[in-house]
Amino acid sequence: MHKTFISQNPSVLWFIALLGLFTLAVTVGSEAFGTGLISTSMVKTLGKTLCLCLIAIAMDVVWGYCGILSLGHFAFFGIGGYAIGMWLMYARTEGIVLSSLSGQAIPSTSQEISDAIGNQIFGVVGSSDFPWLWAFADNLFLQLLMVIVVPGLLALVFGWLAFRSRVTGVYLSILTQAMTLALSLWLFQNDSGLRGNNGLSGLQNIPGFEGSSQADISLAFFLGSALALALGYLLFAWVVSGKMGSVVQGIRDNEARVRFLGYRVEGYKLFIFTLTAVISGIAGALYYPQAGIINPAELAPIASIYLAVWVAIGGRGRLYGAVIGAAFVSLLSSWFTGGGAPAIDLGFYTILWTDWWLVLLGVSFVCVTLFFPKGIGGLFDYLVRKPS
Amino acid sequence: MLRHFLTLFIWLGLAGMAVAQDLQPSLQAHAGEIADPSRSSVSVALDDLVASGAPHLSDFLEQWQDKGVWQRDADGVFFYATENGDDLSLRDIDTAQETTAPKSGFSQLKPNGGVRRLIGTALVQFQLTDPDLARRTSAIESIARRPDASQLAPLLKSIDPETDATLKARKIQLANFMSASFAPDTGDRIAAITSMSSDTSIEARAVLNQLLSVKAVVSPDAPKGNIARVLKPGRDLSEADAYARLVDAKLAPPVISPAAMRDALAANIDGGRVGGIPTAQLDTQTMREKAYAALAAQGTVPPLVSQDAKTDAVAAHSFYEVYEEQDPAVTDAARAALDSIETRVGAAQAVDLTLDALSLASIYFLAAIGLAITFGVMGVINMAHGEFIMMGAYTGYVVQQFVPDYTLSIIVALPLAFAVTFAAGVTMERLVIRHLYHRPLETLLATFGISVALQQLAKNIFGTQARPLTSPGWLDGAWVVSDVIQISYIRIAIFVMALMFLALILFVLKRTRLGLEVRAVTQNPGMAASMGINPDRINMLTFGLGSGIAGIAGVAIGLYAKVTSEMGADYIVQSFMTVVVGGVGNVWGTLAGASLIGFLQKGIEWFNPSNTLAAQTYMVLFIILFIQFRPKGIVAQKGRAAAD
Amino acid sequence: MNNTLLEVSGVSVSFDGFKAINSLSIQIAEPELRAIIGPNGAGKTTFMDIITGKTKPDEGVVIWGERNISLLGMSEADIANAGIGRKFQKPTVFEAQTVRQNLAMALKNPRGPLAVLLHRKTPANAARIEAIAEEIGLSDSLPRIAGELSHGQKQWLEIGMLLAQEPRLLLVDEPAAGMTVEEREKTTDILKRAAQTRAVVVVEHDMEFVRRLNCKVTVLHEGSVLAEGSLDHVTSNPTVIEVYLGRGHA
Repeated sequence: MHKTFISQNPSVLWFIALLGLFTLAVTVGSEAFGTGLISTSMVKTLGKTLCLCLIAIAMDVVWGYCGILSLGHFAFFGIGGYAIGMWLMYARTEGIVLSSLSGQAIPSTSQEISDAIGNQIFGVVGSSDFPWLWAFADNLFLQLLMVIVVPGLLALVFGWLAFRSRVTGVYLSILTQAMTLALSLWLFQNDSGLRGNNGLSGLQNIPGFEGSSQADISLAFFLGSALALALGYLLFAWVVSGKMGSVVQGIRDNEARVRFLGYRVEGYKLFIFTLTAVISGIAGALYYPQAGIINPAELAPIASIYLAVWVAIGGRGRLYGAVIGAAFVSLLSSWFTGGGAPAIDLGFYTILWTDWWLVLLGVSFVCVTLFFPKGIGGLFDYLVRKPS
Repeated sequence: MLRHFLTLFIWLGLAGMAVAQDLQPSLQAHAGEIADPSRSSVSVALDDLVASGAPHLSDFLEQWQDKGVWQRDADGVFFYATENGDDLSLRDIDTAQETTAPKSGFSQLKPNGGVRRLIGTALVQFQLTDPDLARRTSAIESIARRPDASQLAPLLKSIDPETDATLKARKIQLANFMSASFAPDTGDRIAAITSMSSDTSIEARAVLNQLLSVKAVVSPDAPKGNIARVLKPGRDLSEADAYARLVDAKLAPPVISPAAMRDALAANIDGGRVGGIPTAQLDTQTMREKAYAALAAQGTVPPLVSQDAKTDAVAAHSFYEVYEEQDPAVTDAARAALDSIETRVGAAQAVDLTLDALSLASIYFLAAIGLAITFGVMGVINMAHGEFIMMGAYTGYVVQQFVPDYTLSIIVALPLAFAVTFAAGVTMERLVIRHLYHRPLETLLATFGISVALQQLAKNIFGTQARPLTSPGWLDGAWVVSDVIQISYIRIAIFVMALMFLALILFVLKRTRLGLEVRAVTQNPGMAASMGINPDRINMLTFGLGSGIAGIAGVAIGLYAKVTSEMGADYIVQSFMTVVVGGVGNVWGTLAGASLIGFLQKGIEWFNPSNTLAAQTYMVLFIILFIQFRPKGIVAQKGRAAAD
Repeated sequence: MNNTLLEVSGVSVSFDGFKAINSLSIQIAEPELRAIIGPNGAGKTTFMDIITGKTKPDEGVVIWGERNISLLGMSEADIANAGIGRKFQKPTVFEAQTVRQNLAMALKNPRGPLAVLLHRKTPANAARIEAIAEEIGLSDSLPRIAGELSHGQKQWLEIGMLLAQEPRLLLVDEPAAGMTVEEREKTTDILKRAAQTRAVVVVEHDMEFVRRLNCKVTVLHEGSVLAEGSLDHVTSNPTVIEVYLGRGHA
């Protein structure tokens, strides 16, 4: 089976090989390995970028292959981050609270410990009780399950509602945007139980690994992200190849025709929407421990639109295009906004890229849509076709 | 104290003899209190002075209040005086004879703030009948601020002679309020209270609420007094709260809180054990209670209150609230009046809410109508629509930098904003959107790129801080119908503007050649083209029109909200929803969508006023559900075209 | 007829007050080749929309098969799986995919997402694809991208996709539109062969094409049946001449 789909997609082997080489190079260059050619913060940035690449290929499958321009996949990404963040924050706070209470003459009751943890976590929103959302926060396994279940379930319910009533095209995009907006507005509330606009923080500290340096932890997450990206790439490459790929792309190109062929289009859309939502959740769960903090602003509708921008710039309908787009634009963006790009002195005006980067991005995005609808990935077509 | 009392006594006799003659003797009778007043002693003196009916008392009180009274140290006689270098210009209190004397022989009377207020209260009675209307008005307001039983009689007396109709009404109202609280006769009070039952002012409600104020009572006996409410533990208040009240009333021993218990245990560790239990085992509440009981048995700590003891204690007492006002007839009347007022207030709030919702709906309508036109005619979603709104608002701001007159600047800004955004829209249509027809998702993303660029561009030009777009003076303030119903003039203006636009757009679409062509292109582009309509031109004009309206909406929105580079983004999602909910390609649909969303948002906010975020969340969820059931919006396009 | 496959009776549908179909009743047997003709707006396409579940009629019944199942209320996909295939007026093939992929997607196989995801190529399926390609004359074009095909080839590919579904009833909307004379002949042959084992309903404007099909003809006018019978029979009907043919001569 693997043979068939890989033979259909020779790019899969190329991608896995390049990703392997890249991972190896970063590992050897990392501080954790000892050479220190690549700083720990750079390793984190690269690890985060891999997670963004993972959600980008999910976006590519749902949009580039299935034709659903979802403006909500970053919400699933955020949910994954929140799910893992809850455990990270709980477990870490528990450790701190236990050590601070341990010196006392009278040992603490479980109620007192739980109160102290609650106070520590929810003090910022003027509360100390554990909301029901946190019922499983002490259990890593259940919380990891949440990373998959919550985005999956949300996508399933939302998708079922939307696809059943045949909301398509621009309407569907707006509907997914509304979903994202509702979620981020809800998270902004202090009584949502997720610390309102403070979000969850300190996620870079992994409970149980207090002894390990950030260099080691970030390398571990980098490797984990690389593995997740590789597996995700294989999974999606398999899904979009073969007959499933035919049907899904058929839905993108002519939904009604697929329906008259006897396929229940809604089921396929729901499958793709939910699967990509789950993978987005996993990508988020790997991203936020590297970012260290998650707050509702991350889930704002605009983030999901940027996701679509990456995929469009990279090249829709080809998985490596999405990877290129996400890596290229997000790294470029952090280079520009981080002050890495040199200012241009025009004599009468100095172009500071922190101010002008977004203008450049917006304009170049319009240009890509107009003149290079296949994106950067489209360049490969020329390279491949030239010899023949 | 006794000395004061004696002086007072003696001077009282003298003052009695000097009735209605001169003021100075009356003052001398209270020289001590006047020269060195305290809040407690001065009121007696003031009452006497007022009762004496001495002439020019109000002048004196005013001067005293303003620190214009000096006392001659030698004999204690009071003068009005103004400082003049080292000298004083003195004026006799009764004869108004003017003299000058060095300052050294006199002391200025400096009543403190509390005393000055009391003087003011006493003054009020004189001011109520003052010939100057302004002074009478200020006297009434001063009474209203801190009503006092003593002012009721002078107030009532001043009603009949009052010549100003407005002030007279106000006096009657105030007298009513005061009678409700202070009238000596219960009948009068009830009459006053009943007459208030149609007054929805906050003042009236405050008076009634004051009359209905209660205090919580806990007592071993059956409830007595003017009972407002009997509280049943377990139903009206939890047993823990009930017991806490008992503790507060010192009717029961305090409960030992877990924290207190822990402290007590920690204070009594004896060789690693507490009450015979090793400390390591004290990590459950049960073990702690055991250890504590052992300590209590030794008498080192107060005994633990058992659950049974708490229940018994609570059961043995009655918990209730009594009115501060003793007379049940008064409280009943007040309750009835308040209920009646609250019904009226509820109705008024509904009206107010409707007005609020209407103005919100008109803002959404203005923001969304341009989008609806372009979406309806061309099937493209313009993500940069919000930035056109912003552009319009900044145009208004820039105009105000050059045209200082706010009225004129708005008149200039409106067409200019239309022109600027019309041009921007046409440019965008020509350069970008034209090349992306039949690729609606690409249009969405390309216009998003434009939106990002425009937003950042605005940030680079105007900075990140909000810029003011000041409305003309005649739009300041609000139309106040009552304490409950009021709406700012700007919102009314926006509402009127929305109506004008509705009319204008309907006129353009239904009555002009352009509108005819636009409708033709909307319904069947191919057929329209074959009939000689140039769809290219129509698309361009439509897009320009939609964008131009966004610009005008921007000026309107900028007038009541701040102008920032992100203001467009704040409205774009709501605008989308308005269009989608209303139904595409129909002005009435957009109107329906805007009304639904406006009313819905205000309605949800009303249910949960403290949390506007929650209101927005629920509204978005509602819209998502709504689209499930009416995917084509409220006013769906019908016919064969819609089925495809 | 005791071998009735599809029975449409008393069906009406209106859009905004305009009656597109007005108590229409038609029976199709199996096997049968039937041509439906009628002027523009006679309700030909709406008739197909109703059978395939795209449009819900206001009244009337549509009964299918031996077990007399009502098609009303079934989804498009269910109706397709029940054995009704439809070819649209405009050729709608998946232009981004190869001819083989197009046919493979249409082949009668389990249609559920899981079955499709785990679908594996089998020699049997490959043989069926070859056979259909042979039938529609696209054997050499199997690896080509469908978008590169000529207009006529696309039409045949779509008919091939229909055949791959193994339907009992084929609804074909204007198959000859835009075809050259030779292409038309070939199309006629394909349809006639298909009609030997199943019911084929052809909606067509072109009288020559209908004549070549040499089958029973139903004339629709203003949403209901005006006449039915052989082509010669209906064309000699004075009412038909007046509303349809006559107009051209007037």
